[in-house]
Amino acid sequence: MAVARSQPAPAPGKKPAMRGSTLFRARARWAWLMLSLPLLFFLVVRLLPTLYAMRMSFYDWKILAETHPWVGLANYVKLFKDPNFLQSLRNTFVYVLVGVPLQLALGLVVALAIQSVNRFQGLYRFLYFLPYVTSSIAVGWVWRWMLQEHGGLVNEVLHVFGIPAQKFLGSPTQAIYCIIMAIVWQGLGFSMVIFLAGLEAVPTSFYEAAALDGASAWARFRYITLPLINPTIVFSGIVGTIRYLQVFSEVYSMSSQGAGGPLGSTKTLVLFIYEEAFKSFKMGYASAATVVLFLIIMLLTLLQSRVITRRVEY
Amino acid sequence: MQLKMRRTAALATSSALLLTLALAGCATKSDGAPKSGTPAGNEPVTIEYWQYFYESKKNLVDQLIKEFQDKNPGITVNHVTFPYEQYNEKVAAAVSAGKGPDVINLYYGWLPLYVDSGYLQALPESAFQPATIQKEFFPLVDAAKMDGKYYVVPTAVRTLAMLYNQDLFKAAGIAAPPKTWDELVDQSKKLTKRDGSGKLEQVGFYFNTGGQGHNWYREVLTRQVGVKPLSADQKKVQWGSDDALKAFQWWVDLQKVHKVGEIGFMTDDVTAFKAGKAAMDVDGSFRLGNLKDVPFNFASAELPVGPNGEKHTMASFWANGITKQAKGAKLDASIKFLQFLTQPDVMERWTNATGELPARPEVAQKFANDPKLKGFIDGLPYAHATFFVDEKKDRQALIDAVDSVLLKNTDYKAALQAAAKSVQADFDEYWSKRK
Repeated sequence: MAVARSQPAPAPGKKPAMRGSTLFRARARWAWLMLSLPLLFFLVVRLLPTLYAMRMSFYDWKILAETHPWVGLANYVKLFKDPNFLQSLRNTFVYVLVGVPLQLALGLVVALAIQSVNRFQGLYRFLYFLPYVTSSIAVGWVWRWMLQEHGGLVNEVLHVFGIPAQKFLGSPTQAIYCIIMAIVWQGLGFSMVIFLAGLEAVPTSFYEAAALDGASAWARFRYITLPLINPTIVFSGIVGTIRYLQVFSEVYSMSSQGAGGPLGSTKTLVLFIYEEAFKSFKMGYASAATVVLFLIIMLLTLLQSRVITRRVEY
Repeated sequence: MQLKMRRTAALATSSALLLTLALAGCATKSDGAPKSGTPAGNEPVTIEYWQYFYESKKNLVDQLIKEFQDKNPGITVNHVTFPYEQYNEKVAAAVSAGKGPDVINLYYGWLPLYVDSGYLQALPESAFQPATIQKEFFPLVDAAKMDGKYYVVPTAVRTLAMLYNQDLFKAAGIAAPPKTWDELVDQSKKLTKRDGSGKLEQVGFYFNTGGQGHNWYREVLTRQVGVKPLSADQKKVQWGSDDALKAFQWWVDLQKVHKVGEIGFMTDDVTAFKAGKAAMDVDGSFRLGNLKDVPFNFASAELPVGPNGEKHTMASFWANGITKQAKGAKLDASIKFLQFLTQPDVMERWTNATGELPARPEVAQKFANDPKLKGFIDGLPYAHATFFVDEKKDRQALIDAVDSVLLKNTDYKAALQAAAKSVQADFDEYWSKRK
C-alpha cells in the first residue's frame, strides 16, 4: 500500500515551457480572478477600516454626535499631553521589553530540553502547548484567583516558606509583572513549537563534526545552534513584539473591573483605546491612539527585521 | 511579461475596488429607499426594544411583551438583549449604521450623552404629562429630565443601603445594624476575623471603591459632612473640597486605620458577601436578585448617618426612552409599550421578579415591610441620583484616589484634589460645548 504513494509527481524544479504563450496568459488571468476574492476581502475587511480609522483621527468624532468637526492634529496633541495615554504607552513598552525576551528565552530552553529527551517527546510538547490553546480570559481569571492576596494559592505556598503575603495584582509595582508572567506562561508553548521546528532544521552533521573537534556543549550551542536558528529567533521576536504590543484580554481579566489598575499601572495602549472608544465614545481620539500604535508596530517590525537578520552561511 | 503581470494586478485591484464601491452604493440605496406610508390605522407594526441581559429582567419582559401583544393586536415587540459589557459597543455600532431600537433601556447617567447627540426624542407630553410624573413618581426620577423635558421614564429604581449578614451579627452578639458612622466602625471591628498570621478570613465591612463605594462617598458621605457633591447648576465638582475631606478620610480609614475590610478580598464585595465572608456591604437593591438562595439570613438597613445626622442615599435607575427612529405608527406603538411598562401593577411584578424598587411611592408602600427590601425602600424619599458627565471616569478618579492613599501613601488631600480636578476637567469640557 505504501508504494502507492510514490506516484510520479511533476518535478518541482521544472518550469512550465509555455511562459508567454496564450495558454499561460489565460491561466494568469484565472489566477488573478481567484486571487481577487481574498484581495477583495482584505480590502474591505482590513484596509478600508484602517484607512477610515486614520481619517477619523483628524476629527472630533464622538460616536453619538450629529456632527463630527475637523480638528486637524488636535487629537494627537491632546494624546501626548494625556498622562493616561503616556502611562499606557510606557506600560506597553514594559510588556514588550520584559515579556518578549522572557518568552523567547524560556521557549528556547524548553525546546532544547524537549529535543534532548528521547521518551515522551510528544507528551511534553502537548503539555507545554496546551496553555496556548486555552482561552486567555480563562487563563487570566485562574491566575487572578491564584494571585489573590488573601487565600490565593501562591501566597499560601509563600506562607509555608515564611514569606509574608504579597499584594501581587493589588500592587502598582508588582501587578504588571504578574500579568506578564501569565502571558509568558500562556505563550511559551507557541515559542517552543517554533523553536523546535527551527532546531530540527539544523543538520546533525554540524554537531557531530564539532563534537569530534572537542567543542563544548556551550560552544556548540553558541556557534552552531544560535546562528542557524537566527531566522527563527527573528520571526519569534517580531511575532512576539506585535503580540505584546497588543496585550488586552489578560489585563482586562486580571485587573479589577478590567480597568488596567491599580492606579493604571497595568493599562496597555489597546485597553486605553478600548476605553476611549467604547466607554467614553470618543472615536476620533481613540483612532488617533490606534494610529500611534500602528506606527509603533510598523517601525519596530521594520527595525527588527533590519537589525536582527544576519545571514549565516557555513 | 513583467509589465503584463503588473497590468493584470492593477486590473484585479481596480475591479475589487469597483466591486466594493458598488456594494457600498447598494447599501446606501436600500437605506434611503422611501418607507411605505404608515398611516395610524390598524396596519401591523413591529417595534424593537433593547435592554442588556439580566436573566430575571429578560424573562419578565418576555412575559410582559406577550401580554402587551395580546392587549394590542397588530403590535409586535422585538425584544433584543445583549451582555451589559457590550452595551455601549452595541449601541455605538447600531447608531453608526443608522439602525437600532425604537424603545431603548438606558442608564440615567448616560442621558446627557444620548440627549445631546440627538438620539432620543422627548417623551410626548400628551402621553406623559410632566406634572403627573412629578406627582406620581419619586422625586429622584427628576434626573430623567433635561432642559425641562422628560426623555425617559423608569419602571424601577435602585437605592443604596447596608446589606448585613444576620447570622454573623448574631454570632458576634450584635443586636442591630449600625445607625451612625461610629457604630459602623465599632461593629465592623468586632466582625472582622483574621487568622494567626494576620490573614483576613472575614471582613466586618467590605471596603470597596469600584463597586458602590465611590457612589457612597460621592453622594452620601459628603452630604453627611454638609457638602453638596455638585454645585446647584451641576457645573462645579464639590466632592473634592476641603470640607469634604473629613468624609473622604473617614471612608479611606476604614481600611487604612481600622482595617475592617480590604479592597479585593475574595475578588469583590458581592462574592464575599454571598460566601458569608463579609458581615456588611453597602450595595444596591439590584443585588437582591443575586442573593436569592444564599444559605444564611440577611436583611437591609438604611445607611448610617454621619456628623450632621442627615440621612442620604444614592439612587440610580435604568429607564426606557424612545429614539428618534420611531415615527408614525411605530411611535404610537412605542408610546403604548412605554405606558404599559410603567403601570403600577407591572412595577409590582418587576420588584417581585428583580428586586429593583418601584418608581411610584404607591407601589413601594406594599414592600415596606419586607426585611430584605426595607432598607432600600426607606431610602427612596431622600435618595439623590447623581449627575454624571462620564460615569466611568468619575468612578475611576475616586478609585485611583483611594488606591494612591492606600498603596502609595499619598496625602489624603492631595489624592482627593487630584481626583476632583480630573473630573472637573471633564465637566468643563462638557459644559463648554453646551449653549
